[in-house]
Amino acid sequence: MNTTTIENQQNTYPDEWTMIMRPKRSLLDVNLRELWQYRDLITLFVRRDFVSKYKQTILGPLWFIIQPLLTTIMFTIIFGNIAGISTGGIPKVLFYMSGIVGWTYFSTCLNDTSQTFIKNASIFGKVYFPRLALPISVVISNLVSFLIQFIFLCCFLVYFMIQGSDVAPNLLVLWIPVLVVIMAGLGLGFGIIISSMTTKYRDLTHLVTFGVTLWMYATPIIYPLSEIPEKFKILVIANPMTPVIETFKTALLGVGEINYLQLLYSVGFMIVLLAVGIVIFNKVEKTFMDTV
Amino acid sequence: MPHVVIKLEEVSKQYRLGSVGTGTLSHDLNRFLAKVMGKEDPTAKVGVANRLDTVDGSYVWALRDINMEICDGEVLGIVGKNGAGKSTMLKLLSRVTAPTTGNIKVKGRIASLLEVGTGFHPELSGRENIYLNGAILGMTKKEISSKFDEIVDFSGVRKYVDTPVKRYSSGMYVRLAFAVAAHLEPEILIVDEVLAVGDAEFQKKAIGKMQDVSRSGRTVLFVSHNLTAVEQLCTKGVLMQNGMLKMEGKVHDITSAYKQMSVDENELKRSGTRLIEFSEYRMTDTDGRTIDEVFLGDDFKVIATSKANEPIDFCDMTLDIRNDSNEFIGHVTNADDRFEIKKVAKGDKMTVEVTVRNICFSPATYYISLWLGNSYGTFDYIENCIRFTIKQGDRFIQRPYPFDKRAKTVLQSTWNYK
Repeated sequence: MNTTTIENQQNTYPDEWTMIMRPKRSLLDVNLRELWQYRDLITLFVRRDFVSKYKQTILGPLWFIIQPLLTTIMFTIIFGNIAGISTGGIPKVLFYMSGIVGWTYFSTCLNDTSQTFIKNASIFGKVYFPRLALPISVVISNLVSFLIQFIFLCCFLVYFMIQGSDVAPNLLVLWIPVLVVIMAGLGLGFGIIISSMTTKYRDLTHLVTFGVTLWMYATPIIYPLSEIPEKFKILVIANPMTPVIETFKTALLGVGEINYLQLLYSVGFMIVLLAVGIVIFNKVEKTFMDTV
Repeated sequence: MPHVVIKLEEVSKQYRLGSVGTGTLSHDLNRFLAKVMGKEDPTAKVGVANRLDTVDGSYVWALRDINMEICDGEVLGIVGKNGAGKSTMLKLLSRVTAPTTGNIKVKGRIASLLEVGTGFHPELSGRENIYLNGAILGMTKKEISSKFDEIVDFSGVRKYVDTPVKRYSSGMYVRLAFAVAAHLEPEILIVDEVLAVGDAEFQKKAIGKMQDVSRSGRTVLFVSHNLTAVEQLCTKGVLMQNGMLKMEGKVHDITSAYKQMSVDENELKRSGTRLIEFSEYRMTDTDGRTIDEVFLGDDFKVIATSKANEPIDFCDMTLDIRNDSNEFIGHVTNADDRFEIKKVAKGDKMTVEVTVRNICFSPATYYISLWLGNSYGTFDYIENCIRFTIKQGDRFIQRPYPFDKRAKTVLQSTWNYK
C-alpha cells in the first residue's frame, strides 16, 4: 500500500522542475511544442469564431458571399464604368472579384489578429495558454470563409467561360495553396506585431483599418500591374502582396504577369516578418497584462 | 516524504501606477538607455515597501521578495487584506504575468481558476462551451469527452446542454462553469474566490469537490476572504501583508492572526471622560445569540456591559444608528421607555439590555454607536462599534424584488379597493 502511494507520487511529480518562470526569457525561447499541445484549443476557437459569427443572423453563412459580391458590384460601377480603369481585357466582374477575394483574406487576417491582445484581455488575464493559439485560430477560421468565397468565385469563372469570355485558368492554379499560405503568413505577421505594440501604444489601432484600406490601392486589385506608370512601379513591386495577388489573378484568369523572383521575395518577406512577429509577440505576451 | 512542487525564490512584482500611455514612451527610452549602458533600471525603486497610500513615485511593489515552498498534497490557504498581494501571487503562479525579479519553479501541470467560465461564449451551447472552456483550461478534447457526462451531471444542467448559455440563469451558468473546472486533473490547482458564487448547496458541493482533489494527493492553492471556507478546506495557511509574507503555518493560527490583524487596524473612535465606560457589547437576536444580520421588521437586542471607574449617580444611554455613508438614521435612548439607569458604585459593573423592535430601515449595512453620559457631558462614546446588515426577507413587506435603495425607511401598508 505504502509503496504504491510513493510510486504514484513519483509519477505525479517529476524530479525535475517542469517549468521555471523567470522575469526575462531569451528572445528566441519560443515554445512551439507547447502550441502543438494546445492544438485542440485552436480547433475549438476556430469553431467558436465560425459558429458565433453567424448565429442569430437570418442569412447566416450567406454573408460570406454577399460581402465580396457587393464590393465587386461597387468596384465594377465606380472603377470600371465611371473611372474607366482598364482591366486588361478581362470581364470586369471577374477581374475585381478575384482581386477582392484574395485581398479580403489577407486583410481580415491582419485586422482580426491585430486586436488579439486588446480584445482578449479578459481571458488572458485569467488563464494561461499559449497566446499564439488565438491569432492562429483567427487565420484558420478566416480560411474557411476564404474557401467559401473562392468556390463562389469559381462558379462565376465557369459561368463566364460558358458565356465564351476570354479567360483561361491554367496550371498556375497549383500555386494557389502557396499563395494562401503567403497571405496568411503576411496577415498573421503584421497582425501580431501590431497587436504586440498596441498593448502599450493604442494609436496603432486607429492606423490599422485605415492603413489596410490604403494599402489595397497600392496592390493591383482595381488595376492590372501592366497599367502602372513606370515611376510608381517600384512602389507597387516593393509591396509583398503584389506578386501574390498578381499570381492569383494570372492563375485564374490567364492574363497577367508572373514573376517567380518577386514571388520568392514575398515568401522571404513573409518568413522574416513571421519570425520577427513571433519573437516580439512572445516577449510581450508575458507581461502585457500589466500594461494593456 | 513530501516533495516540494512549487518553489518561489526572491519573487517580486512591480507595477507602474497611473495611466500607462502618455509619457511612458520617454520612460521606456530612459530604461532602454540605462540598460544599454549597463546601469540599473532607473525607475525601479528598491526597498520601498508596498504601501498603496504612501507610494513615492509612480511604481509600486505588489510583491516583495517572496520565498516559499509548497509541497505536494498541501492545501494552502492564502489570506490577507485587499492589496496584500494575494491576487498578484496567483497571477504569477498561473502564468498570466511574469515576475519582475526572482524565479518560480514548478513541478507538474498547473490549472488556475481565477474566475469561473473564462472564455464562455454566450452564443454557444452548453456542450460547446464545456469543450471550449475545458480546452482553455488546458484539457485535450479526448480528456473532455471522457469526462463529459460527469461534468454535465455535476452541474445539473443536462436538460439544457444544447441551449446557448446566454439563455441560462446566472446560477446555471456558474454551475456549469465550475463543473468544467472541477473536473480538471492537474497536479496543482489554483483557486480564487470562486466559492463566493452559487447557492449554499452548490458551495457545499464545490468545497467537497476540492477536498476530493486534495485527498488524491494533489496540491491546491486557495485564496479567499471567506475564513470559514479556508478553515474547512486548507491544512496550511499563509498570511500576506503589504506584498510580503507575514506568517506561514497551520491554517487556524493563520486565520486567527488575520482576524486579530483586522481588529487592530480598525481602531475605534472613542471619546468621553470615562467615569464609566463600556467594557463589552454585542448585538444578539431575541434569544441572546450573537448576530450581525437581521431581517426587516425583526427585533434585535444590544447587550452592553459598562464598568464604573467613579460612583455614578445618574446616567443615560443611547444607541445611534448610522448607515454606510455615515448618515444618522435612527436613535434610541433609555428615556424612550421611561427606563432609569440606577446608581452605580465605583468599580461595579452593570449590564443593560436594549431591545429594538421591528427595525424598518431600508435593507443595507448599518453601524451602531454607543453613548453613555448625562446632561453634564459624555462619559463614553464609541462610534460605529457594531456593524450589522438588514436583509429584506418577506415577513415585513412582501415585495418580491429588492427594495428601492434611495428610500431610508420601509413603511408597512395595506391595500384595498374602496
